[in-house]
Amino acid sequence: MTLMDAHLIVERGGFRLDLELTIGRGETVALLGPNGAGKTTALRALAGLTPLSGGFLTLDGRDLSATPPEQRPVGVVFQDYLLFPHLSARDNVAFGPRRHGVDRRTAHATADRWLERVGLTDHGRRKPRNLSGGQAQRVALARALAVDPVLLLLDEPLAALDARTRLETRAELRRHLAAHPGATLLVTHDPLDALVLADRLVIVEDGRVVQEGDAATITARPRTDYVAQLVGLNLYRGRGEGHAVRLESGFELTATDVVHGDAFVAFPPAAVALHPSRPDGSPRNTWPATLTDIQRHGDNLRVRLDGPIVVAADITPAAAAYLDLVPGRELWAAVKASETRAYPAE
Amino acid sequence: MKLKLAAAGLTAVLAFGLAGCGDKEAGTPAAGANSGSAVTGTVNVFAAASLTESFTTLGKRFEAAHQGTTVKLNFAGSSALATQINQGAPADVFASAAPKNMATVTDAGNAAGPPTTFVKNQLVIAVAKGNPKKIAGLADLTRAGTKVALCAEAVPCGAAAKTALDAAGVKLTPVTLEQDVKAALAKVKLGEVDAALVYRTDAKVSSADVEAIEFPESDKAINEYPIVVLKNAANAAGGQAFIDYVLSADGKAVLTEAGFQAP
Amino acid sequence: MTRGRIPGALLVPAICGLIFLVLPLVGLLWRTPWSTLPQRLTEPEVVEALRLSLVTASLATGFCLLLGVPLAWLLARVTFPGRRLVRALITVPLVLPPVVGGIALLLALGRRGLLGGWLDSTFGVSLPFTTAGVVVAEMFVALPFLVISVEGALRGADTRYEEAAATLGATRWTTFTHVTLPLVAPGIAAGGVLCWARALGEFGATITFAGNYPGITQTMPLAVYQTMESGDLDGAVVLSLILLVVSVTILAALRDRWLTAP
Repeated sequence: MTLMDAHLIVERGGFRLDLELTIGRGETVALLGPNGAGKTTALRALAGLTPLSGGFLTLDGRDLSATPPEQRPVGVVFQDYLLFPHLSARDNVAFGPRRHGVDRRTAHATADRWLERVGLTDHGRRKPRNLSGGQAQRVALARALAVDPVLLLLDEPLAALDARTRLETRAELRRHLAAHPGATLLVTHDPLDALVLADRLVIVEDGRVVQEGDAATITARPRTDYVAQLVGLNLYRGRGEGHAVRLESGFELTATDVVHGDAFVAFPPAAVALHPSRPDGSPRNTWPATLTDIQRHGDNLRVRLDGPIVVAADITPAAAAYLDLVPGRELWAAVKASETRAYPAE
Repeated sequence: MKLKLAAAGLTAVLAFGLAGCGDKEAGTPAAGANSGSAVTGTVNVFAAASLTESFTTLGKRFEAAHQGTTVKLNFAGSSALATQINQGAPADVFASAAPKNMATVTDAGNAAGPPTTFVKNQLVIAVAKGNPKKIAGLADLTRAGTKVALCAEAVPCGAAAKTALDAAGVKLTPVTLEQDVKAALAKVKLGEVDAALVYRTDAKVSSADVEAIEFPESDKAINEYPIVVLKNAANAAGGQAFIDYVLSADGKAVLTEAGFQAP
Repeated sequence: MTRGRIPGALLVPAICGLIFLVLPLVGLLWRTPWSTLPQRLTEPEVVEALRLSLVTASLATGFCLLLGVPLAWLLARVTFPGRRLVRALITVPLVLPPVVGGIALLLALGRRGLLGGWLDSTFGVSLPFTTAGVVVAEMFVALPFLVISVEGALRGADTRYEEAAATLGATRWTTFTHVTLPLVAPGIAAGGVLCWARALGEFGATITFAGNYPGITQTMPLAVYQTMESGDLDGAVVLSLILLVVSVTILAALRDRWLTAP
């Protein structure tokens, strides 16, 4: 059941954001996209900090399109938290309830309850500068939730944390988001945050939604280069002719799926096998390629290959040594049809 | 931005300054009475504020009479001038509005010889044109709601005012004690005070804006103006020549015209 | 800390500049008649002028804060047509000689002034030659210092805190009082101190607009000038020294209290 329904149109300079977005009760949606895609603009528009040039926003049946930020039932966790430096953690959390007309005692009781929920009961008297990054993040979350928002917005909530803290905080944040009865929108450029924290992903590029769905769908069937890279797939677009997809260059990739018309073909870098000379056997999905780049990727190496199609391939260090991989090396690449997915573009 | 503004202000100030200079030169008469004396160079004259107009005229005439000389005039309250001279200010001539301030300089041993009294001046009550408060004498200045400016006692016009008020037996609380007679007069011109005790000569200069009310007690407080060449004068000859010119018939004519009385 | 030699081309003028600023103060101390100092300090005229100076400078600072902080906020936070012009107008009293300011005040607030004439005829209120006039003259020269330093502090403050406050339900006014003001408090304190120091030292506008009468309009700088004028150099030195000691002491105390921030 839809709790938030929005069509956000913001025009500023040469940039245009045009985004349709719905979030259900208790649902967490991640807005994922590259830098400059308009994610933060969308979040600001929802919070009322950037006015809409067009479109609308309704929350729980109320039209909030022109409501000033202080009157919206929206809580925001900002990227660098923006905890008020002159107030203690407790007063930061109590700030919202106080502004909503709650008396000081009740506001402090609310703040204490929230600090307890985020595990910071003993840190209430501390000023933000005396909190660690992870603690500040939790205070910011408590502050946003203390006003019982219908819509909770989080702007890159984990970006400011170091890798270790991030891992712990992510798991804890997941717990709190699951407990939040309202709608939650999470803005991030980190696919892992999105996959762990959100029920549904909305991918934005250049101010528009390019793909949306649950993690499994998006991972299996990326629709843009950005999404493909995000989930680590090689992605090509062409015309499906049964098992084969003919790319614009004329090159043909074969898959086990059957598609007709406009279609995508995708396969993971690990599915690409490299050979020093033309391999025997299956003539399908085999092509000559030139090595252009080589980088560490986990325990393996990721290489980029030029040729009829540009491909990323993952190989083991042992294979790399055997193949004598240096940029400019001529090789043969092959992908099994069984590891290639083809799906309609529409 | 700020800088630009400051620059604009500076330009304006410069423009005003230049305009002022132009005005002064415009009125120079081409008199040449005194024949070929060897006086040259700059003569620095420190003169009481009440001498502003007459000494400005005298300075120009002196320059015209002695080719190659420049008279630099510094006008202020006599007490300030006396202090400046005793602190070593570069002056050749000191013209004070009262013997007391002259004594400050002579007592410090800074005069080259005994001073000469060259004019006398008398106090008047300066009021706005038309005398709206109907002031006729010193006693009227004490009426409720009448604001009066006096000179500070340290300056001659202030000392003279005190003498005159004491002689009349009038107890007066002024609203301000101005640092020289011109400042006191300005307050009348602006309408900020209803009356001020100033010299007859100053009231005369501003006769377009103010009216001078004569009062009998001013006879008790006549100011004598002494003039002297200073001991540390860089141009003693020039200074003496200037004093001679002030005492000459030409000089007397200018001073009398301004409202001063002969000593 | 230092990277190699300090270039002489910078060091020599720097030291000259320092000497230039300090030497006159040394001169003041050198001429101080220390033996008669205690006796002069207790003279009623001195006590009176000092009291008047402290009271008027503090009042002027208070009023400047009341008017100047909102004005600075307006300039820093609200975009309106003519904002650049308004800012330029505010800086005018900074570059204006205070005597000119005094004349301008007379023409505006004097008994025959633009607004003063009406005040006088309607309420019988006249500012010149009153202690209130001294406060007004001091405000006129000191207010720009406050506005400019507070505006700078406001511009330096992160406005996203104000946005965060808005998302928590704070109106613009509560945001101002509960978030903006505390955030820029050090800047306001610094501006206030600057404003107070400027007001304490005010001379030209005061003597021109408010006149000079002991106990009512004769502040310390006026007393110094008048004492000097009357040929009492020792007296002037003593008064100057008092003014110097009082301002340095108070500035140092405030500095420890508020201005230690960065």
